[in-house]
Amino acid sequence: MNNIVTAVPLEYVLTIAAALFCLGLWGALSRRNTVGILMAIELMLNAVNINLIAFWRYLEPQRTSGLLFTIFAITVAAAEAAVGLAMVIAVYRTRLTINADEIDTLKG
Amino acid sequence: MNLPNIAINVVFFALSSLILFAGFMVVWVKNIIHAALWLIASFAGVAALYFLLEAPFIGVVQILVYAGAVSILVLFAIMLTRQVTGEATRQLFERWWLSALVALGLLIVIVRTVSNPGLPTDAHGNTRWPRADRLAPAATAQVAATAQSATAATAQAANATATAPRTAATLPQVAGTFEIGQSFMKEYLLPFEIASILLLVALVGAVVIAFEERSRRRRVLTLAEETALRRSLKGAGLVAPLTAIPGPVDQAPASTSGINTDSTERR
Repeated sequence: MNNIVTAVPLEYVLTIAAALFCLGLWGALSRRNTVGILMAIELMLNAVNINLIAFWRYLEPQRTSGLLFTIFAITVAAAEAAVGLAMVIAVYRTRLTINADEIDTLKG
Repeated sequence: MNLPNIAINVVFFALSSLILFAGFMVVWVKNIIHAALWLIASFAGVAALYFLLEAPFIGVVQILVYAGAVSILVLFAIMLTRQVTGEATRQLFERWWLSALVALGLLIVIVRTVSNPGLPTDAHGNTRWPRADRLAPAATAQVAATAQSATAATAQAANATATAPRTAATLPQVAGTFEIGQSFMKEYLLPFEIASILLLVALVGAVVIAFEERSRRRRVLTLAEETALRRSLKGAGLVAPLTAIPGPVDQAPASTSGINTDSTERR
């Protein structure tokens, strides 16, 4: 029987996840729009989840720790997205902008 | 390499290119709505990758939570803040290439580490990744092959003794939804409950943060107050609706109205 373990080396999956993480990092650092920053952070979290699932499937497929860690990561990511977008809306309501370089009240 | 392996490789690289291209477009496109739609495409590709990695439960959760809920949240946030995120506005900082350099450097470091992790290798040059449950490490493909031969026998045993404590020998080759449920109710019960509390706190926190401030929010009247108000308005010759209640005005003339109308009137 063929599956991904016999077909694709683990390094390839890790490389894909690393590339996705770096795309998310780039977006989180260079987007002006805070919603765009949050979207990039979601990309990074997805990359981490791919890593977790890949290590689980290739190294410990009989155990559930990798799966459950992924589920918890997804849960926390969902909570983070909800709170983050609520903060974006709150900032928009008070400042009438959501561009990260214009929200500089704390600047010294 | 035989034909099914080639097919798996093709699917894997197609999914990878979809994920990476969609992720690139999320960062690069000017229209933020399009970025959110590319984000959905990327989430779907990641879900398909989970299915390919034989984690169907995680794939379904990915579709439900990310492609379903998070992307809708993002779209709502974009549309509530639509005026300032138009197509014409610049979406990246001027020095976006600097952060691209940082990300590229991180990618190079990770790829170098992954391709040469300093772990022992087998005869074919493949890395022997460490495994917790095997004292004698073996190459990935060999262990997968041996585990497969044991699966057929253990499947019947697992069906027969579903409630019996499972040893390493009776575990299926790849943990599925059954094992996830068991783990949630056994050794991961406390994290499970903590996750529920976290979700509750995040729900309440999101509502509290996103709601208007109390002084600016239109109060929901009781029925008695409403009838009294209507009677007084009718007596004054006015048929104005309830939005005519004067409230503290602090920024825009339309801020006495509720959460739905002030974003449209400010436009």
